[in-house]
Amino acid sequence: MSEQPQFTVKIDQNKFLPEGGREVHAIVSVEAGAEGGAMPAPASTKASEVIIIDTSGSMSYPDTKLRAAVAAAQVAVDTLRDGVEFAVISGSNTASMVYPRQGGLVTASPQTKDKAKRALSGLRASGGTAIGSWLRLADELFDDVQGGIRHAILLTDGKNQHETPEELDAVLFRCGGRFVCDCRGVGTDWEVAELRKIASALLGSVDIVADPAGLVADFQAMTEAAMGKSVADVALRVWTPQTARLRFVKQVMPSVEDLTGKRVESAPQAGDYPLGAWGAESRDYHICVEVPPGEIGKELRAAWVKLVVPGAPGEEAQVLATGNVLAQWTDDEAQSTRINPRVAHYTGQAELAVAIQEGLQARKDGDFDTATARLGRAVVLADEAGNEAITAMLRKVVDVVDPATGTVRLKRHVEKADEMALDTRSSKTVRTRKDETLTTPRPGER
Amino acid sequence: MTGGQHGADDHRADDQGAGHADPDGAKAAEPSCPSCGETVYPGEVFCEECGHRLAGAPPPEPVESAAPGGAGAAPAPAGDPCRGCGGTPIDADGYCETCGMRQPAERDHVEVELPAPGGGNGSGPVAAAGASDRGRRYSRNEDALALAAHAAGVAAVVCDGVGSSQRPEDASRTAADTGAAELVALLGAGEDPEDATRTAALRAASAVAALSTSPGDAPSCTYVSAVTRGGSVTVGWIGDSRAYWLSADGAVDPGEDGTGEGGDEEPATDGSGPETAELSTGDMAELGPSRRLTEDDSWAAFMIAQGALTEAEAEEHPNAHVITAWLGADAGQVSPHVATFRPAGPGTLLVCSDGLWNYFPAARDLAALLAAGPAAPGPDEPAAATASDAANGAGGTATDPAPGPVPDPGHDPAADPLGVARTLVRHALDAGGRDNITVAVIPIPAPRSPHSSIHESIPHSTEQPR
Ligand SMILES: [Zn+2]
Ligand SMILES: [Zn+2]
Repeated sequence: MSEQPQFTVKIDQNKFLPEGGREVHAIVSVEAGAEGGAMPAPASTKASEVIIIDTSGSMSYPDTKLRAAVAAAQVAVDTLRDGVEFAVISGSNTASMVYPRQGGLVTASPQTKDKAKRALSGLRASGGTAIGSWLRLADELFDDVQGGIRHAILLTDGKNQHETPEELDAVLFRCGGRFVCDCRGVGTDWEVAELRKIASALLGSVDIVADPAGLVADFQAMTEAAMGKSVADVALRVWTPQTARLRFVKQVMPSVEDLTGKRVESAPQAGDYPLGAWGAESRDYHICVEVPPGEIGKELRAAWVKLVVPGAPGEEAQVLATGNVLAQWTDDEAQSTRINPRVAHYTGQAELAVAIQEGLQARKDGDFDTATARLGRAVVLADEAGNEAITAMLRKVVDVVDPATGTVRLKRHVEKADEMALDTRSSKTVRTRKDETLTTPRPGER
Repeated sequence: MTGGQHGADDHRADDQGAGHADPDGAKAAEPSCPSCGETVYPGEVFCEECGHRLAGAPPPEPVESAAPGGAGAAPAPAGDPCRGCGGTPIDADGYCETCGMRQPAERDHVEVELPAPGGGNGSGPVAAAGASDRGRRYSRNEDALALAAHAAGVAAVVCDGVGSSQRPEDASRTAADTGAAELVALLGAGEDPEDATRTAALRAASAVAALSTSPGDAPSCTYVSAVTRGGSVTVGWIGDSRAYWLSADGAVDPGEDGTGEGGDEEPATDGSGPETAELSTGDMAELGPSRRLTEDDSWAAFMIAQGALTEAEAEEHPNAHVITAWLGADAGQVSPHVATFRPAGPGTLLVCSDGLWNYFPAARDLAALLAAGPAAPGPDEPAAATASDAANGAGGTATDPAPGPVPDPGHDPAADPLGVARTLVRHALDAGGRDNITVAVIPIPAPRSPHSSIHESIPHSTEQPR
């Protein structure tokens, strides 16, 4: 592994609890950067990449979809750093190797990239969709590499119709933590919830590319991001007091992702939450711990957060950065009632994602009252958060009568792509409203 | 901590040109009394002529500092089990690795005992004691306390860091340690207690001002010192930390009824106020009933003194606890108030930060707590002290200690000054503990009649505070 970036962990919270208070909230900001600003070039970082292209029959209706997918995959291949191990898979009812034909991974070089691109241009579309089988093949390919960054790109245009949800779940369970997979849906015939589930399980992103013409730029950006990763398999290790209960760990930036269920016990009173690979980027997490109430004045470490690279079994984890989430009981209401602005900000955006997803589901189910109420609430929350991208998408689905109260009317006609875009991107967050950074304590505050 | 600063001007605290005493000016055995010049003999502890404690005999104890090493925020050393759950280990940051409880910092709760001369190490009689506690509101103790024995008595300094300044805990630590060390050196060099008190306060002010690393950085604190010597008590102060006289006979000065400030109650002087108290020992005010010995440098005290507000009105005002004088680089010229008193009977000299007196402002309140002893009565139970107001009246004679109502011997401040300090801190905690609380307790024995001979053989002296 190449030289690592400098990681920092920063905790934002109001540690003060009222008498009898139990719930401790904190935003954990993890950032990687090099001393002096520039990231070390991950040129020597060991990495492997598998590109999975849907070649089910629907990809040729219209044929531009397949042509755009092939062009995008070719750009992705071009974007690979020389030396990276890679392969290209095509998927329908089953998965098959596009390049290299015989299976396994190939070291990227001008020659191998050229062969891969030529193999891609020969793709034809036919058959159904069984995404689990595609991922299983990718997982077998990654089996050949030890450690390093392991990343896949998955493109599909349809629902997972040719295997059962249980088959898909079994594959996701097997692949979780073994590689990171960014998922893209092209067109509007795929299922947002399904692709979101796959991306969540594999710690990747999910997005819609409604117009196939947008695929090339998107694949290039995704591959560049993957090539920018310098540390694989980072985890958030959270220690909590013996008598405490960790209520949730959520990623809240760049998108809302509940990690609570991904806990792996790692040390006494501590569990690891896998975060995937890390490059020159920052992500924020919202942690909530329930602690037994303490007497006034008592201070507690409610959580000890460490960014770690867990070692192989029996090996010590490498600790990259640490931070303390604290709790202190006070009878001063002015202290205990103050909500940390970043906790409030991200709490609002997590609620926003839920409001949008529930609103759109209700709309699909024909429950228009619920849909109107939930999407109205979303309009208010998006405005409060300063999440202008979501506000713009919401306005394609509802007419806003009064943005302050969240009074909205469902639009009679909504483009399918707009609805899917709102659904897919409902969990994307913004860091702060108009870049307000309230970190300087007021004079006299302690 | 203490409230915000008020009226900071641009003048830096000046050294006042105070002459620098030889820091090693304390003591080798001398053939004559450093105070009056009379010849003294080996084995004598006090001068036959003037009662001055002689330096040849038991040397002054070193300064007893309330926060060893001054590393105020440092957690207690690892290795001990958790104070919350009994578990181990405690990690380097001071948190229990089982229950997460932050272990108290050394400075969170401190108790100090100053052994009486010849009292040995810990088991003997105690000349003075103090306790300092973080309280229930703040995560850090920004008060500091120092006790020291000087050549002929005891010196105590209490300082309260100004919460709105930077590193107030360093300011108070520096001020208390500097003040106590200077008092010992100056008194040892034969300085008059008032001059020593003033000079020590100014040197503490200079030391605090020197903590500033930039114009915007001015660690600040209050300061109050108390010195006993030869039957007199000298107090000096800057800010709103206080000294009280609590008479053993339970009598309380009429001005100390717990509601009024006692407008006619100017310590030590005839109406000109403590600021100008430049007293020869002949004029020093006699201390009879319990009373406060200091006047706060605070907005409230100023408004009351001006007649602009009643005490009740001033206390209601948000500025009430803003101090008008402090030690710090931004304090301007520092003028310590100094006053000297001569107790007429036995009693207790109490030196404290506002963490205590905010709850018990009147001498009557404090006297009642003392009389009640460690098993504190509820607030509605009658306080023992009030019953005895008339017992001896103000100014009981110096020759007759006239103890009045006999306090429970187990609660006698003279017998257990630390117990008293603890009890007072506990009362302030029980009342809310909104601020750091610091209390120093110095038992004052019954005065000797002037010119009576004093021959003491140290360990068995009946005159030793017991
Ligand atoms: Zn205070
Ligand atoms: Zn513990």
